[in-house]
This record gives sequence, structure tokens and C-alpha cells, in this order.
Amino acid sequence: MSEIDATEKKRIRWRSRRGLLELDIVLERFLASGFDDLDQGQLADYRRLLQLDDNDFLDVVNGKADLDDAALMAIVRLLRAV
Amino acid sequence: MGVPVRRFDAVIVGGGGAGLRAALQLSEAGLKTAVLSKVFPTRSHTVAAQGGISASLGNVQEDHWQWHMYDTVKGSDWLGDQDAIEFMCRTAPDAVVELEHFGMPFDRLENGKIYQRPFGGHTQHNGKTPVQRACAAADRTGHAMLHTLYQRNVRANTQFFVEWMALDLIRDAEGDVVGVTALEMETGEIYVLHAKAVLFATGGAGRIYAASTNAFINTGDGLGMCVRAGLPLEDMEFWQFHPTGVAGAGVLITEGVRGEGGILLNANGERFMERYAPNLKDLAPRDFVSRSMELEVLEGRGCGPHKDHVLLKLDHLGPDIINQRLPGIREIAIKFAGVDPIKEPIPVIPTCHYMMGGIPTNYRGEVVAPKGDDPEVRVNGFYAAGECACASVHGANRLGTNSLLDLVVFGKSAGDSMIKYIREEMPTWKDLPADAADRSLARVARLDGQTGGEEVADVRAAMQRTVQSRAGVFRNDANLKLGVDEIAQVADRARLLQIKDKSKVFNTARVEALELENLVEVAVATLVAAEARKESRGAHAHDDYPKRDDDNWMKHSLFFGSDRSLRYKPVHTKPLSVDYIPPKERTF
Ligand SMILES: Cc1cc2nc3c(=O)[nH]c(=O)nc-3n(C[C@H](O)[C@H](O)[C@H](O)COP(=O)(O)OP(=O)(O)OC[C@H]3O[C@@H](n4cnc5c(N)ncnc54)[C@H](O)[C@@H]3O)c2cc1C
Repeated sequence: MSEIDATEKKRIRWRSRRGLLELDIVLERFLASGFDDLDQGQLADYRRLLQLDDNDFLDVVNGKADLDDAALMAIVRLLRAV
Repeated sequence: MGVPVRRFDAVIVGGGGAGLRAALQLSEAGLKTAVLSKVFPTRSHTVAAQGGISASLGNVQEDHWQWHMYDTVKGSDWLGDQDAIEFMCRTAPDAVVELEHFGMPFDRLENGKIYQRPFGGHTQHNGKTPVQRACAAADRTGHAMLHTLYQRNVRANTQFFVEWMALDLIRDAEGDVVGVTALEMETGEIYVLHAKAVLFATGGAGRIYAASTNAFINTGDGLGMCVRAGLPLEDMEFWQFHPTGVAGAGVLITEGVRGEGGILLNANGERFMERYAPNLKDLAPRDFVSRSMELEVLEGRGCGPHKDHVLLKLDHLGPDIINQRLPGIREIAIKFAGVDPIKEPIPVIPTCHYMMGGIPTNYRGEVVAPKGDDPEVRVNGFYAAGECACASVHGANRLGTNSLLDLVVFGKSAGDSMIKYIREEMPTWKDLPADAADRSLARVARLDGQTGGEEVADVRAAMQRTVQSRAGVFRNDANLKLGVDEIAQVADRARLLQIKDKSKVFNTARVEALELENLVEVAVATLVAAEARKESRGAHAHDDYPKRDDDNWMKHSLFFGSDRSLRYKPVHTKPLSVDYIPPKERTF
């Protein structure tokens, strides 16, 4: 896995802009709080999470659905807590 | 010119429902078509649409496009153009069936036909009884539409430029549109996209308000580009509010909550809607409920430390009903309002939801502007569709589910017009002006060089405060006049925006500053147009002029940014094939 450098982090920040206001709000809070503490592995997981469709992503963030992937769920728990 | 140039037959700015529908038409006709989008197309704001798309299919109850047309004209409070409204409502059944054939997974009846649900404002027999006209794909209609259209476009070889932001429209000496400049976020490079025809489908601009249901991406870029290119904006005083957005967050609480028995309370614990609408109470139409809520706040009966919201109470329904019939509402309230609605009421305020105005077009999707005595001369090579455009089908107030319909009907119609224009009038590209990219380069250079200027977050907050407090649900002369002055000051500050990060690659700060410049153009247009309109019509509720005034004000406003002036043009009163629907009082 390629290293997630400062530039890639900026790309990830932009990709945190979504089509649903609910996600924008949660992800904005997250970018302002926990995001900068993520290690490389967690950053890669967060990046994977961003590939979800907005509606599925929101269901997961809102706790209406869970994902099978334990690593992704670890990030989801951070998002649920912000 | 020193800026790389790429050439296409057609360039479409925007990958939401409108942009994708237009692109499909062009690509399937074999034209080389580029779609630019700030975000991956299926993350466009269309994804937020849940309610559905209207069409008089008559699958559940008898229905006719003429009834749909009547509802739309009435909903528009007689500001909609009746040729465009006829075109949309008459085409609607074909447009929806076409989506079905494209593979959109609509909910179905047992007989296999598309299921239709009820939605406010849609009726049989010209206002007599409610009708089920909304077609939906569960609560993911917009999502399903985007995915369906995106897949078709991939198949048709549409070229996508994802994470590209269009910066400015390029017009030549004759005023014809010959392309756009755009920023590739990944590299920070600015390009010229040279085209025979350009379509804007950049969506709404609801972020001009402090309280908005719109995602952050809705920054009115297409409108800002038009203003800078000397083109007018139409009917910018008309913004639709949804009564129940979560105070401070904007997130929408659906009408269904009040449908299930949720009630609105003021600071005295009074169910105030009983006073304003003794029959319908909390279920009166959206604009009516919004105005009543705002009155409570204005008269000092708002809740909370700033007395700036009212409460939506549902704990009396009990946890079972809340959990079973209103799934997701509890999560939303806890997450965005910080209250558990099983125990406490949700703080809500009327929240900006939809922009009725926009780039002036006709029903063929051609952008039109005044020239000499003619109020509607085609701007060669320029088209617009979707929420950024004003056709005008929504007039002073949009009916729910008519926007998704607008996207596909006018997206397709604009695509057809572009094909005809390219084939019949534009065998080759017009020359680019020598200064094609200068304005955009200068904007970015100014931003990078600015010191001692203004912070983006501060100016954005000032703009949102001004628009919210001066051009909200309730308007009056004194407030609007103050608002015009205040927004001019905000616009002055926006000329001095500065950013700390000057790097090229994925510079989000730069993108947000450029977006704010567009929002401010929209905010200025909104206040200037609202201040001038001395009547109440649809979403423009004016305290000092509480009645609609058809003699003097049944006309569209056109805002020109260069000198912040207004002109007006007549409403189209001649439908294409049926009789004119004359104005009546809008009662419920
Ligand atoms: C919460 C909510 C629910 C709704 N529900 C319904 C409903 O049930 N039924 C209904 O009919 N309507 C509904 N609406 C309204 C409807 O969803 C929108 O009006 C419609 O989706 C707008 O579609 P669009 O194609 O015009 O723009 P959008 O979907 O907003 O797409 C705009 C596109 O333009 C791109 N773009 C913008 N600026 C630039 C730029 N400078 N450079 C490059 N690309 C750019 C964006 O990336 C995006 O791809 C709802 C609205 C909201 C907020």
C-alpha cells in the first residue's frame, strides 16, 4: 500500500465532501477532530469508507446498518462518536 | 495563451441528474461530450432526493397531464411560464417510462406498473382531490436516478472529468459561448475546454442561507459564472423553505413526522398552528407553516437562549410509533439536534431548501437574455438545465417532486437543442478569444497574492447571516433595504478573500474561496431582487405588501451583476397547445 502523504490527505479531505448534508456535517466534525490523529492504516480504511455510496454511508454512520469489515467498523465507531 | 486547451463538441458542467441526462442525449448522438463535476457524479446533490418524481401516469388513480399542469401553475403562484410547464407535464410520463427502460428500479404495483405515492400539492380535477402522482425508488429516488444515468453514460462513452471545477464561462466578441475554463483539482492546473456548445447543470445555491438543507457543494457556481460573464439571473428572490430543518444543522425532518402526529410548540408550550390554520394545523402547506413559525419567533415566542427556533414535539407518540413508523428520525435528532425525541422535542426552524430562480432559459434549454427590445434572445452556444436553470416551471414556488422531473425533461430537451445547434449551425469550433483564460487566471492569482485580506469562513458566515436575517421566510421593506447594504459590504469583503495554503494539488481552501465568490454573487442577486418586488407571491412573503399584485408584478425579474440592476420580462401566458390558465387566489 502506497504511503498516504500530505497530498493524499488533502485528496481525502476533498472526498469527504458528499451529496448529503448529514454526511457533510459528520465528516466536517471528524476532519476537525479525530482525522489528524489517524495512523496510516486507519487513513487507508477511512479512504475505503469514502468509496461507499452516500445513502449506504449515512445508514452506517447513523447506526442503521453495520459493515462486515472489522477495520472499517473501527473507523465507523469514530464517526458515530463525533 | 499559455493554458492547455482541450476540445469537445459539447461541454457539460455538472454531473447531477440534469447534467447526466443531457450528456446521455449528446453522447448517444455520437457527439464528443465532456462532463465536469466537482465530485464523483453519483455524489451530486441529486442523491438527497427521496420523495420521488412526478408524472401523470395514472397507475394508481385517474390522472392527466393537464391536471399536473394546473397544479404546477397554481403552485408557481402564476409566475411559471405556461409553455414550459405544459412541455414538462405533457412529457413527464414518457420521461419516467424512459427512466424505467434505462433500468431505474421504481417501486411497483402488483400488476407490475410503477407505484405512485401521494405528495403535497398534486391533485385531480384542478385542485379538487389529492392524487398519487409521485414515482419513487424506495426512499432513494435521486440515488437510483444518478446511478442509472451514470451507467448509461459510461456505456455511451461520455468523458468524465471528475474533481474538476469550472471557473468561468468563455464568450467571444459576439457574445457567443465557446467554452469554459476549469481547474483540475488533482494538479491545480487551469485548462480551457473549447466547445461548440456548453451546458450548465451546476445545481442549487442553498448555502447562501445560514439554515439550509443543501449539502456543502451547492454553491451556485453556474450562477456566479453567468454574472461574471455579463448574463442575467432570473427570479432570484424566490427560495423555497422547508418548515422543519434541525436548528443549527439544517438537516431535514420529513413532513411524515407531523403526518404521524408530531406537533409544533412555541416558548409558551402553545400548539400555535391551531391559531394560524384551525383545520389543517401542523399539516398546512410548507410555506404556510414556515411563515407561522417565523411569526412566532419574530413576536418573541421563540425557544432556546436566543429565542430563535420552535419545537417539534413527538414524545407523546410513544417510543413504539417513533421507532416503527418514523425510522431514522430518532438517529437524526440525536446526532444533529443532540436530543432524544422519545424524551425531548426537536428544535426546528424554517430552512432554505430549493432555488426557484436561476439562469434564464426557454423550454428548449437555450439560455436567453434581453437584447434591444427583445427580452429573450438566445445566447448562442449556451444551455442550462436543472436547479441552476429557470425555465421557468417552478415560478414563485416549486411543487414537491417536480424538480427531479425538471432535471430529466429539460436535461433531455437541452441535449436535443445542442445536437441540433452543433449539427446545423456549428460545423466547426468558433475561435477562442485571445484572453479566454485571463479572468480565471487573474482570480486565482489575486487569491494567492492577497495579504491582509479576509478569511473565507468569516465572509461566508457574514453572508449567511445577512441572507438569513434579511431575506428569510418573512420579508419587509426596512429589513430588505438593510440587507441590500449589508450584502454589498459582504461583496466588498469577498473581493479581498485570502487563503493561507498556496499549494497547487488538492487545495481545498482555494476551491472553497472560489465557491464563496459564486455564492456571494447569488446572495447579492437575491437581496436586490427581493428588495425590489413590492408584492407577496409564492415564496416571496412581503409584510408590507401582503397580497399578490398581478397588474404590476406578474413578471420575471432579471438581475444584472455588473451594475446590480434589475429588468423585468413578461411571464409566458401562452401554453403550447391548451388554453391559458388564468390567475386565481391561491387558497388551500
Ligand atoms: C434534502 C433534499 C431532498 C429533495 N427531495 C426531492 C424530491 O424528492 N423530489 C424532487 O423532485 N426534488 C427533490 N429535491 C430537489 C432536487 O433534489 C434538486 O433540485 C436536484 O437534485 C438538483 O439536480 P441538478 O442536476 O440540477 O444538480 P445537482 O444534483 O446538485 O448536481 C450539480 C452538479 O454540478 C456539479 N458542479 C457544480 N458546480 C460545478 C463547477 N463549478 N464545476 C464542475 N462541476 C460543478 C456538481 O459536482 C454536481 O455534479 C430535494 C432537495 C433536497 C435538498
